[in-house]
Parts: sequence; C-alpha cells; structure tokens
Amino acid sequence: MDLALTEEQQLIVDMVRRFVRTEIVPLEAKLDPDADELPIEDFDRLVAMVKDMGLYGLDTPPEWGGPDIDLVTRCLIAIECGQHRAGLYAPCYYVFGGARQAQLFEATEAQKDKYLHPMLRGEKKVFFGLSEPSGGSDPARAIQTRAVRDGDHWVLNGTKLWISGADRADYGLLFARTGGPGRGGVTAFIVETEWEGFNVRRAVHTLRSAKYATEIELKDLRVPHENILGAEGGGFAIANDRLMRQRIPYAAECIGIAVKANEMAVEYSKVRETFGAPLSERQGIQWMLVENEIDIRAMKWLTFDAACKADRGDPFRTESAIAKLQCSELGGKVVDRSMQIHGGLGVAKDLPLERWYREIRIRRIGEGPSEVQKHVIARDILGAGLR
Amino acid sequence: MAVRMDKSWLSLSSENVTKLAAHLGVYQLANDDGEILYIGMAGGRTLFGLKGELQKALDEPPTGVTRFRVEVNMAYRTRRLELLAAHVSDHGGLPIANTDIDESSLGRIRPG
Repeated sequence: MDLALTEEQQLIVDMVRRFVRTEIVPLEAKLDPDADELPIEDFDRLVAMVKDMGLYGLDTPPEWGGPDIDLVTRCLIAIECGQHRAGLYAPCYYVFGGARQAQLFEATEAQKDKYLHPMLRGEKKVFFGLSEPSGGSDPARAIQTRAVRDGDHWVLNGTKLWISGADRADYGLLFARTGGPGRGGVTAFIVETEWEGFNVRRAVHTLRSAKYATEIELKDLRVPHENILGAEGGGFAIANDRLMRQRIPYAAECIGIAVKANEMAVEYSKVRETFGAPLSERQGIQWMLVENEIDIRAMKWLTFDAACKADRGDPFRTESAIAKLQCSELGGKVVDRSMQIHGGLGVAKDLPLERWYREIRIRRIGEGPSEVQKHVIARDILGAGLR
Repeated sequence: MAVRMDKSWLSLSSENVTKLAAHLGVYQLANDDGEILYIGMAGGRTLFGLKGELQKALDEPPTGVTRFRVEVNMAYRTRRLELLAAHVSDHGGLPIANTDIDESSLGRIRPG
C-alpha cells in the first residue's frame, strides 16, 4: 500500500489545512474553551467559503449534491478539520455540513420528499436513536423499546439514552422491537419530535462539556406505518451498515487532534528549558515524542488501510474495527504524552490539550467501545459462530 | 442531578459574593419572589469564575434582581443550556434578562 497522495488529494489537504489555520483557529481565541458553535455571521460566511471550495456536505453522496470524494479523501479531510480546539467533536464547527443520517438514503420516495430532502437542504435537523439504558453496544439484544401494531399505526413505548441532538431535531430514526429477540425483531421508524408521546426528559452531561446527550421517553408514541424505514424487522441491518462505514472517518478524526497535540509538544519541548537545557534534549522527553510519532503513523496506516478496502469494495469490517480501536486508544496516549510534556500548562484551559484529553476518552466508548471492536475482530478471526 | 437547580437562594450582596470561590459553573439571578430573571455561566474565559460573574451582577444588576444561587459545574455550557430549556418548558419563554441567547437555538425538553 502506498500512502502517497494524488495531486488532487494534496490540493484538497492544502486547501483545508489553510482554511483551518486562517479561518477557524483565529476565531477560537474569542470563544469559550468548550464552545462548539460559531456566531451565526461567522458560520454563514464560512459555509459559503466551503461551498466555494466544493466541499460542502462531506457525507452526502454526489448524486445528492455532496462532493465526489472517496473514503480515503474523506479521511484526509477529517484529519485536517480536526486540528483545532473543538476539532474532535465539532470539526470546523460543522461548516463542512453537519452529520447526516445516511439511512435516509434508503427511504421510500415519499419518505425522501418529506424527510431526506429537507435534511439535505439544511432546513431540518435529524437525530439517531439506537441506544437504550439496557445498552448500546449490542442493540440486537439490548433494544427493549417496543412497537405494537395498531391499525395503520405503530405504538412505541420505551426509553432511549445517549441520544445526541434529539432536543433540537425535527425528526429522527428510532429503533424498536416489533418482533421476537435478536436482529430480525428490530425495526427502524422515522418519528417527528413534535408528536405527542415523544419527550426529551433530560440532558445527560458528560466529559464533553460542549454538547450533551439526551434521554428520551416514548409514551404511547403513535407512528404511521408508512414511516417504517426499510423493511419491518430490517432495522438492525440499517443501523449496522452505517456504523461500520462511519467508523473509518471517526477514526481519522482522532488522528487530527493527535497530530496537532504532537506538533505542539515538539515545539514546546524545543523552547521550554529545565535545569539549563531545553526539554527536547532530555531522553525521557525524546522517547515520548518518538512514541507519539510511531502511534500517529500506526493510526494513519490502519485508517487508510480500512478506507482503501472500503473504496475498492472489499470487505472492511475487521479493518474498520481495528482502525476505530487503535485510533481512539493511541490518540488518547498521544494527547496524554503531549499534555505531560507541557506540564501545568497542559492541564490548563489556556491550551486545547485538556479539552482533547477529556473528549478523546469518550472515543474509546462511543461508536462501539474498544472491547466491542475486539469482539468484532475476534468473530472475524474465529468464525461467525462466536457470539 | 436534578434538571432544575435546587440550591437555596442567597441575597445578592457584597458579603455573599465575596464568599464565593472562582469555580466554573452556572448561576441564576432572581427577584424577591424567586422569579428567575437570568441564567448565566462562568466559563473557561472568565477571570474569576462564578465569583467574577456574580460580582458583575452585583455591580450592574439586571432590573429587579435581588437574589442568586450558583452550582459549581465543569459542564457549565451544557448545564446552562439545560437550565434555559427547562425554564422555557416550565414558563413558556426565557428569563426576561436572557437577551443574550436566541430561544430558537435551544433544545426542547419536557422534564418530568
């Protein structure tokens, strides 16, 4: 495998890097250290710039107006977009287009008119409601939210937890059990947040102070039968396909802050003196920087390996699990070492390291914890019979 | 942690503000009737955290403000948004002095 970029990829990387350094980073000096939103005038101005760059709607397929880029290029952009304070969870403050619910591309024509197109135009916000208090890593078994058929409707009852953006969304995807235990018993529904019986009960505060998750109570929520997404009992496949693919750019985002944290550590080690010599002359510091370098290279190789296989149409389940696992784990180590090299300054809100340290810890759990990624890899090694 | 802040109200006086530490967190300002008039936060760029923010409120109190209460909270941003959204749910709108935030930017929650 060759990691050399094509001419077009290099142009995109240079353009996005320049954009982050000249447009995004200067704005952060005026924002709260945990901010994840820009003032609307800055947001609109930067969105217009991104559209001029031809990169708006990064996760939107080209036939729906998104840029015609492959997954490798998408990862290269993710690495660049992450290199600022809010970069891990709010890369470039979403001016490249927010997260899209890709499952809606599998909707019926009527559903697309009503739900997909407004989302793509940026008029409506959408959430993804899979996890429950009973678990999120094993949705096929953990989903307890029940949907019962009542004429032309389904009646949903249950609780969803860790759901991002449900309180600000216009509609979303909810997964509920319509059949027996296991994968075949789960169905995906499109639900509107204004419907009676849909209640966001509380915000769930986490290490990630910039954004909260929510807890949703579903109480006799009536959903029209035509709002089933995909086939009845086909919800698990819809959720799983999306999660497997998006783990790759998710991994790349971890590389972005690792690269930046290491860059800061290298620079700081050259100027900070202790006992009459720069830190960079201390072997203990040199080894930390070396370990950072090795970890970052490993993260890149594994992520691009997964992205290349996905782009070629080869199986990539194991590769995406390895990339997600290693980037969240090694990214945390790189940020931790970089923080250590900065000493007291590393834990202060003056620098972005403390925010990255908190946020990358979440990455070992979000989108499937490390242990679940290992389970996926083990299943591929040992055979599908492993449960 | 309860969705609504349940700390006791303190008189907005120099004596009480002086006792505050410079922690990060959220605070509420109210009138004599306990009507919440403003929900604010002491974020990472404040000079003296909650103490600094309440000192500002003491120096230039919004009309009618006589009381305050604080909650030390590192998740000051999300906690403030939650308190504002809960206020909108309970009272149909933002506290009167919260002209610094657009209600439409808040989430819609219905705390039990």
